[in-house]
Amino acid sequence: MNAATGMRRVSVHRLGEVLLASIQQELTDSIAVALRQDLTEMAAAGTRGVIIDISQVEIVDSFLARVLAEIAAATRILAGRTVVCGMRPPVAITMVEMGLGLPGLHTARSLEDALALVEAGEVGR
Amino acid sequence: MTTAAVTTLPITSDLEIAGVRQAVREAAVAAGFSLVEQTKVVTAASELARNTLVHGGGGRLEITRLDRPHGQGIRLRFRDEGPGIADVETALSDGYTTGHGLGLGLGGARRLVQEFAIDTAPGRGTTVTVTAWPRGAWGG
Repeated sequence: MNAATGMRRVSVHRLGEVLLASIQQELTDSIAVALRQDLTEMAAAGTRGVIIDISQVEIVDSFLARVLAEIAAATRILAGRTVVCGMRPPVAITMVEMGLGLPGLHTARSLEDALALVEAGEVGR
Repeated sequence: MTTAAVTTLPITSDLEIAGVRQAVREAAVAAGFSLVEQTKVVTAASELARNTLVHGGGGRLEITRLDRPHGQGIRLRFRDEGPGIADVETALSDGYTTGHGLGLGLGGARRLVQEFAIDTAPGRGTTVTVTAWPRGAWGG
């Protein structure tokens, strides 16, 4: 919790060599940027992949799409995959209509599928 | 067409952008928008509020409910007294970015609403007005 703004960072959990971030709060731009910093620093300590659960995220706009793409780019340099899971259908429909993509990111319907994709990335190299 | 009371919200921080999203969501729910329609207008509002903050140096949003015989819509007017936009066509084109997004903010927002108008000139600030209607109410 940041006392000055009342904002809470997204907590990141390490499951073996996989980093899991589950976004449960209203995501301001500064919380999104803090998540990128946290994930990038933790990934540098060794990771095979990053999973970001966005099932509670109500919108993805161009700023958040860019932050997610930057997380994927940083993770890829460190030889890992970034998988976004649980995107709500209205969010996906809106992104398509805007012309927003998620370059460099893999998507999965569930956390289980996301873990499988990270494992597949390991086998594929 | 009649208009209901106007709600005005400040846009001076990214926390207030979150407040804009919440207020627009509530207005869209009250006007009978479907979940997809809510998501589109809230996403458009998020893009436009960020433009107001980042490029306009802050400003405000006015939310107005519009009543037509076939349903209710919402009008969002984002105003700032910032530097204005010299080349609107370029600012609306995909790929144009000043470094804070993917270059889809203004053009992307335009694709998510039924009506989009921008009033700007260098030194005169920027006002972006968008109108969204639920299915069936548009053109009614």
